[in-house]
Amino acid sequence: MIESCKVAVRPELVEGHNDKSAHPSNLRTNGSIVAGNEYKFMSKKLRIATTSLAGCFGCHMSFLDIDERLFPLLDLVEFDRSPLTDIKHCGPCDIGLIEGGICNAENVHVLREFRKNCKILISIGACAINGGLPAQRNHLDLGSCLTEVYLTEPGLAHGHIPNDPELPLPLDKVHPLHEVVKIDYFIPGCPPSGDAIWKFLTDLIAGKTPELGHGLIKYD
Amino acid sequence: MQAALSAGHYIPHLCYHPEFKPHGSCKLCTVKVGGRTAASCTMPAEAGLNVESNIEEMNGLRRTLVQMLFAEGNHFCPSCEKSGNCMLQALGYDLEVHTAGFRHLYPDRPVDASHPDILLDFNRCILCELCVRASSEVDGKNVFALSGRGITKHLIVNAESGLLKDTDIALTDKAMQVCPVGVILPKRVGFRVPIGKRKYDQRPISAQALDDAPRQADAGDSCAACEGSP
Repeated sequence: MIESCKVAVRPELVEGHNDKSAHPSNLRTNGSIVAGNEYKFMSKKLRIATTSLAGCFGCHMSFLDIDERLFPLLDLVEFDRSPLTDIKHCGPCDIGLIEGGICNAENVHVLREFRKNCKILISIGACAINGGLPAQRNHLDLGSCLTEVYLTEPGLAHGHIPNDPELPLPLDKVHPLHEVVKIDYFIPGCPPSGDAIWKFLTDLIAGKTPELGHGLIKYD
Repeated sequence: MQAALSAGHYIPHLCYHPEFKPHGSCKLCTVKVGGRTAASCTMPAEAGLNVESNIEEMNGLRRTLVQMLFAEGNHFCPSCEKSGNCMLQALGYDLEVHTAGFRHLYPDRPVDASHPDILLDFNRCILCELCVRASSEVDGKNVFALSGRGITKHLIVNAESGLLKDTDIALTDKAMQVCPVGVILPKRVGFRVPIGKRKYDQRPISAQALDDAPRQADAGDSCAACEGSP
């Protein structure tokens, strides 16, 4: 099961990498970027940060579905900010995995923190990629959504629209991550299976262009 | 397209259907012929044509077309009951489309649930006109039509009220069977086959299309698609 997890890191993960080379379209059209430059894994573990924005943590649950493969993964990586570590802010990382789209101001701040700190940023799951279920409010007016949910919905009489200053303000529309910052890779699925996440990460860590193929690439 | 399918060569397609006149609108079947690109469904076959289809240049174009279709409509696969049986989704899988990439338009397209047995979810319409063609050419009912131009082009129901309940569409109509995506859906059967056990969950569309496509030989002497061509 772990034989495909070669102990090598991709060139972008070492000093002086060119961000543009990590773009999937470049890798697709110029395979030699990856093929010719496999760097031996030295002593340093890759650092991975993960977070859920306008998501349901389903993608994180699916990530845990790689089950005992977490152990060989932990030989290669260590976790920075993540629900798994409870670290609250992201430091310099090699890979950032983000589930969920952008539905409020705080999501934008967290996403920018990840982009600033992560050499490779990956959208994981339907919501990060196209807004998913939260984006199904996009053709509705936000004000009338809030009014219906908190004021006029039967059974919620005399409620009020939450206005605590600690609550992040919702955005007018829900956005996929790539509309706000540059995203290097996408793992579709709702959620992507543990096998898909494992295949994608091990390909990436091994310095290959990640490919899912039939059975692992799913939009549902 | 017919010649390629008859010869056992799959060319990705959405708006082409062997039982109807080629339409040439989705452009997924674009191939390279003599250095130029052409929609293979409307391109007459000739002896000696050099056609390139499964090459990265054409698949790259197809990938972009699929991405634009995903960005243009509201294609939320996780909540769509056609998921797993959807040709657009299956082509996305085959072409390794991981994201729509473009800015999503999130259009406002209300559903038509007026008919007791049939649901119309316009959010997923890709304007292939297969239902339009099936309803007029096979059912003789003209239930569907396209209206508007450019980005405002959309599928409409031919009834004074604009509602499906005021047409004579029936569950047995050809128009009910041809939608490649999840627009025209019979009610109350959506999840009879669970997600994960559906058509394109089993095998990729490229491995199934040839089995599904009636070859020209099967269709006998007359082929609706060839009418009018020399």
